[in-house]
Amino acid sequence: MSAGNQLLTVRNISKAFGKAVIALADVQFDLNRGEIHALLGENGAGKSTLIKVLTGVENKDQGIIELDGRQINPRSTQEAQNEGISTVYQEVNLCPNLSVAENIYIGREPRNRFGTINWKKINADARELLDKFDLHINVTKNLDHYSVAIQQMVAIARASDIDAKVLILDEPTSSLSSAEVDKLFQIMRKLREEGMGIVFVTHFLDQVYEVTDRITVLRNGKYVGTYLTKELPRVELVGKMIGKDYAGLKEAMNAKWPEETERQEKETFIKLVNVSSPGTVKGFELTVKMGEVLGFSGLLGSGRSETAKVLFGIDPISEGEVKVKNEMAHLHSPLDAIRNGIAFCPENRKTEGIIGELSIWENIILALQVKRGIFHKISRKEAEGLAKEYIEKLQIKTPGTEQLIKNLSGGNQQKVILARWLATDPEFLMLDEPTRGIDIGTKAEIQKIVMDLAGRGMAVLFISSEIDEMLRCCTRMIVLRDMKQVGELNGKEISEEAIMRIMAGGEAS
Amino acid sequence: MRETWNRLSEKQYFRPLIIFIIILLFNGIVSKGDFFTLSIVDGHLYGRIIDIVRNGSKLMILAGGMTMILATGGTDISVGSIMAISGAIACSIVNGNIFPSFNGNVAAAIILAILAGTVSGIWNGFLVAKIKIQPIVATMILMVAGRGIAQLITRGKIVTITSETYYFINGGYICGLPFPLFIVLFLVGFLVLFTGRTAFGLFLESVGCNPTASKYVGIKVDRMLLAIYTLSGAFAAVAGLIESAGIKGADCNNAGLGIEMDAILAVAIGGTNLMGGRFSIPASVIGALIVQSITTTVLALGVPAAYIRVLKALLIIIICLSQSKQFKDLVIKRKMINRKVVGS
Repeated sequence: MSAGNQLLTVRNISKAFGKAVIALADVQFDLNRGEIHALLGENGAGKSTLIKVLTGVENKDQGIIELDGRQINPRSTQEAQNEGISTVYQEVNLCPNLSVAENIYIGREPRNRFGTINWKKINADARELLDKFDLHINVTKNLDHYSVAIQQMVAIARASDIDAKVLILDEPTSSLSSAEVDKLFQIMRKLREEGMGIVFVTHFLDQVYEVTDRITVLRNGKYVGTYLTKELPRVELVGKMIGKDYAGLKEAMNAKWPEETERQEKETFIKLVNVSSPGTVKGFELTVKMGEVLGFSGLLGSGRSETAKVLFGIDPISEGEVKVKNEMAHLHSPLDAIRNGIAFCPENRKTEGIIGELSIWENIILALQVKRGIFHKISRKEAEGLAKEYIEKLQIKTPGTEQLIKNLSGGNQQKVILARWLATDPEFLMLDEPTRGIDIGTKAEIQKIVMDLAGRGMAVLFISSEIDEMLRCCTRMIVLRDMKQVGELNGKEISEEAIMRIMAGGEAS
Repeated sequence: MRETWNRLSEKQYFRPLIIFIIILLFNGIVSKGDFFTLSIVDGHLYGRIIDIVRNGSKLMILAGGMTMILATGGTDISVGSIMAISGAIACSIVNGNIFPSFNGNVAAAIILAILAGTVSGIWNGFLVAKIKIQPIVATMILMVAGRGIAQLITRGKIVTITSETYYFINGGYICGLPFPLFIVLFLVGFLVLFTGRTAFGLFLESVGCNPTASKYVGIKVDRMLLAIYTLSGAFAAVAGLIESAGIKGADCNNAGLGIEMDAILAVAIGGTNLMGGRFSIPASVIGALIVQSITTTVLALGVPAAYIRVLKALLIIIICLSQSKQFKDLVIKRKMINRKVVGS
């Protein structure tokens, strides 16, 4: 059946959740030995479900999975791993409080002749293995001592060491710096040479073109096609992913600010004077005006998110003063911030944003309910009305308001969080990485919403690692480094080179 | 009719209610109908069902408070000890051992006992919300220390009292119905209204699902935790009053011994996820009735009381299985395999 080179074949896989949600319908996929194969699609396209089926997290309803020409039917990640399919997720699924070496050999620890674990061998083997990956770290330290990037490489090293034939990388690069991504790609290429088949899921098209051999596209749980990477132009790929021809796409992607002349000085919403917070920001000065989209650029840990958290009353202010609309404001808690008209979509949607087990309508009214107070309960009718209003306004794709938010795709979850804050009628909206891990279509939608809101006079703080979208959305840009403001760019001055130069340590021109 | 049924069957209290009815029917059949007999003596209702309600009142009250705590993913294992403190204080005041200036005033005894429970609850809440000690450890402190405190109050003796007014708390009747039932209705009614008519219930579920995100939408998570542990302590004190009025005295070693586990069991039977999230107070109250009726059933069957524990253990196993996704998958798979075999 299988050609000599074919490693993994998936035929006619279907999977439904309940009656309403069809996650996969008749999906195909094949992977060759020594290949890096991109699995692409928008949120909700079925990538995650396909991976879950392959790794035994979910059971398929129908279809066949063949590995090396032999039919397999993994019922757990352990079974999948024994068959030779390993997965490295965006959120590293190792044990952060065990040492690096323990993580690599957990479940298959070498024993000495007394039947106890041979620690010397574990540590030595781990060191040798990581050396192969050019990763020189202390293997006896706890895993959470290291950055996410290193944790991910440890996970990959572990996968390669347990004779994985198929390695699935589910958005491994979302939180990596470009140097780290390069290193990851080196490792991927190395494993490819050794004959491993790698499935690579990502939202970054640049990376797809840099490292993959073939591309399979899914859309709405259906198989769209498999293509050779070098024969598929980028615009066509995007078109296939979102199912539009690219004229419509271009329009969405090219949403731009109206000409500069329309914009004029607006009143100041919030002003920080010499604000410090223990352990994070130091001596921060900031003015945000109504109707502007202010961008925060900087590397991870430069103080972007930290400043937003201080402004939202999550981290305490130890020094300095905050004025909202020219009056002293005390932002001791998120509730204080909300009462001052501030809203905040946090960086980690899953852990800081959504309340997974609650329905969409509950997630939407939550912040408004907090603002109104515990004794002024929002009636079911009003809640339903609000939820429906925002589902339509923001085009949230869901079967209904009762749906649990955890069942939505990432992009739609983000829209629900956005709806939650818009419902409080804020004057200042802070968005921390609002488009991370979200497909291009929804990304463009969210960017457009942001510009619309600012156009109607809202002050917006936009934090993103993607310079492209910052360039498109922001009217002013502040560059941060080491918890300090190191430069500011206005209107036409904003460009990738200028931002990079300041980030790297040069002065603003 | 059908629609009402459908709506009812979606409620969280539906399953426990069915289980409770089945247990009652079983009792009715085994006792050849005696179980349901209600007799009126001196205008007071007597009967097995009345016994279940009266004896189960403490558990129902505790389950109400415990539900909210479990909904946040916490737990309160100090309620039994708080019952002992409450009983010790109330009885010692009534018989004049402490605060002789109150002259055995029952009202003062009740108020001070509930106050002690409230303070205990605030202590628990402080440890959990502010010091961030894991709830099971935080409340274990009072679980252990509480009985000691109670013994210090009674000077290590069993305090017996003679006060018809105080007995009324457990043995009294209003309109032919036992007084504890009214206490339950009042307290549980208060909780249901408080969680349902205000946003408190929504916030609790939110905190139980995702405390960080809840904090980030402006919910004062600390205050919520403090509030529910305080309520739980106050409720436990009331349960302690009922208990001591029932045995006409304070027995610090045995009052409410092990009842915290029954309360947790009641909430679990009610279907509230012990990891936090969705909760239903009515379902927990029915859960408490189930736990109580099992005890009554076993005793009525003439089975040695030792079997009650075994039965409870079985019940826990069944609940765990019914909530386990893995188990359900396993059963469903079996069924499908069987069907395939039959089909082919």
